[in-house]
Amino acid sequence: MKKLINDSNDIISEMLEGIVSAYPDSMRQVEGTTCIVRKDAPVKNKVAVVSGGGSGHEPAHAGFVGKGMLDAAVAGEVFTSPTPDQVLEGIKATDDGSGVLLVIKNYTGDVMNYEMAAELAESEGINVEQVVVNDDVAVEDSSFTTGRRGVAGTVFVHKLAGAKAEAGGSLAEVKGVADNVIANVRSMGVALSPCIMPTTGEPGFELAEDEVEMGVGIHGEPGIETKKLTSADDIAEELTENVLPELELNASDEVAVMVNGMGATPEMELYVFNRKVQTILADKGIKVHETIVGEYMTSLEMAGCSLTVLKLDDELKELLDAPSKAPAFRK
Amino acid sequence: MKLNATQAVNWMIKTNEKIQKQSDYLSQLDRDIGDGDHGINMARGFQAVEDTLSNEEFAEVSDVLKKTATTIMSKVGGAAGPLYGTAFQKMAMTSKGTEVDSETFSNMVEAAVEGLKQRGKSEEGEKTMIDVWSPLHDALKETSEFDGEKIREIAHSSMESTKDMVATKGRAAYLKERSKGHLDPGSVSSYYVFEALSETLEKG
Repeated sequence: MKKLINDSNDIISEMLEGIVSAYPDSMRQVEGTTCIVRKDAPVKNKVAVVSGGGSGHEPAHAGFVGKGMLDAAVAGEVFTSPTPDQVLEGIKATDDGSGVLLVIKNYTGDVMNYEMAAELAESEGINVEQVVVNDDVAVEDSSFTTGRRGVAGTVFVHKLAGAKAEAGGSLAEVKGVADNVIANVRSMGVALSPCIMPTTGEPGFELAEDEVEMGVGIHGEPGIETKKLTSADDIAEELTENVLPELELNASDEVAVMVNGMGATPEMELYVFNRKVQTILADKGIKVHETIVGEYMTSLEMAGCSLTVLKLDDELKELLDAPSKAPAFRK
Repeated sequence: MKLNATQAVNWMIKTNEKIQKQSDYLSQLDRDIGDGDHGINMARGFQAVEDTLSNEEFAEVSDVLKKTATTIMSKVGGAAGPLYGTAFQKMAMTSKGTEVDSETFSNMVEAAVEGLKQRGKSEEGEKTMIDVWSPLHDALKETSEFDGEKIREIAHSSMESTKDMVATKGRAAYLKERSKGHLDPGSVSSYYVFEALSETLEKG
């Protein structure tokens, strides 16, 4: 294992220290916790949007803390949900009495830990609502499974719910926007090489030189199918064909597109991939309101990318365009 | 045969010894069908349990289990943290103010199973730790003996039975049929918990 680290036991605390010292004007760390909050938290008369999850997805989630986006990001160990006591600290540090929206990615552990934190917060008299993001179309949504995973589409939930909160929306309205985004966002990912867990030094799955893992998640877990690598266009076409159908887009609809690097993909390749995505959308007559290309929800040094498409209505468009001071999503 | 507070502390220390020793194995099992951190998370959590318990005096078993529960909840994370935390919390509540004999222990495991089902929104046969805890309760309620070897045997065969199951809960569920042929990591760590109990009951 070759990583730019000191001691693998200190990765999380050292990373958080590094993030805060990079953006001291936007954020601070709640002392003795793994919570990064807006520097001015709790913000008066504003609903707080709190998210977080396992680490290893940087810039998610701390990079999205800032005016116009998240109020707090709670960091867990690598690929491991933060514990309820830490999430509770994030809630307490950001609530001014207007209420808190928890944005949770749909994983068994995250849902349980955030639920327990919400129960604890409610018992302290804090008004808490939760939304669970499940944008990954690679995983079947069936009553027999945990349901779909939350992946890069979560970033849109952070941005738009954050903008609604910044605009003075009530807790119910902020949750309404988050629900609306979740209903209209779909993603799917592909891996060209696995990531290496810093704690064990082992890859999450094996891939031959000429293979890709389709439908991959963001935790180094295997995807749904291993296949031969053909071309960027083929992969872009397959991901687009999987992501689009449920959005039921008509020719006049507008979307936002995110081409997200998984951690070790050159931007050059992301743009090659994006070129094909845009061609497919243009052929269908779908209008792209905004395209975002870069690293937003990574999986350590995994090579590969994910495609996220968000169907926009007038309100979502306005919220997407609203300013954000979050270091990893400035607008 | 009864379990006292000192033995309960020994139970947790023995559990930690096994988890530390098998940490890499648990992570390997988790890599096969999950995300590969079960051993690391459990090792971090149970080390904290041992450190905390070793520095305190406890009047009854319930206090030991309650301390264990809160420590696990704040140190493990992932799915294992809330699930093990809930299981120990339920056992602590059920044993409060009573001596822990076979009947009480059966009730404790029953409460733990209920807690696991509620917290994990899961049932038997979904390739989760419930598949060790639930059959163990079935066996315990049929007997009035607090038999360590029997507990170990049931926990072991139940753990083995998860190998042929298809996961429908937890991260392994994304693999569908590909999850078959692998032991469920949470069931294996649960086996260590009961193997440690078995040794505690036999050796004190």
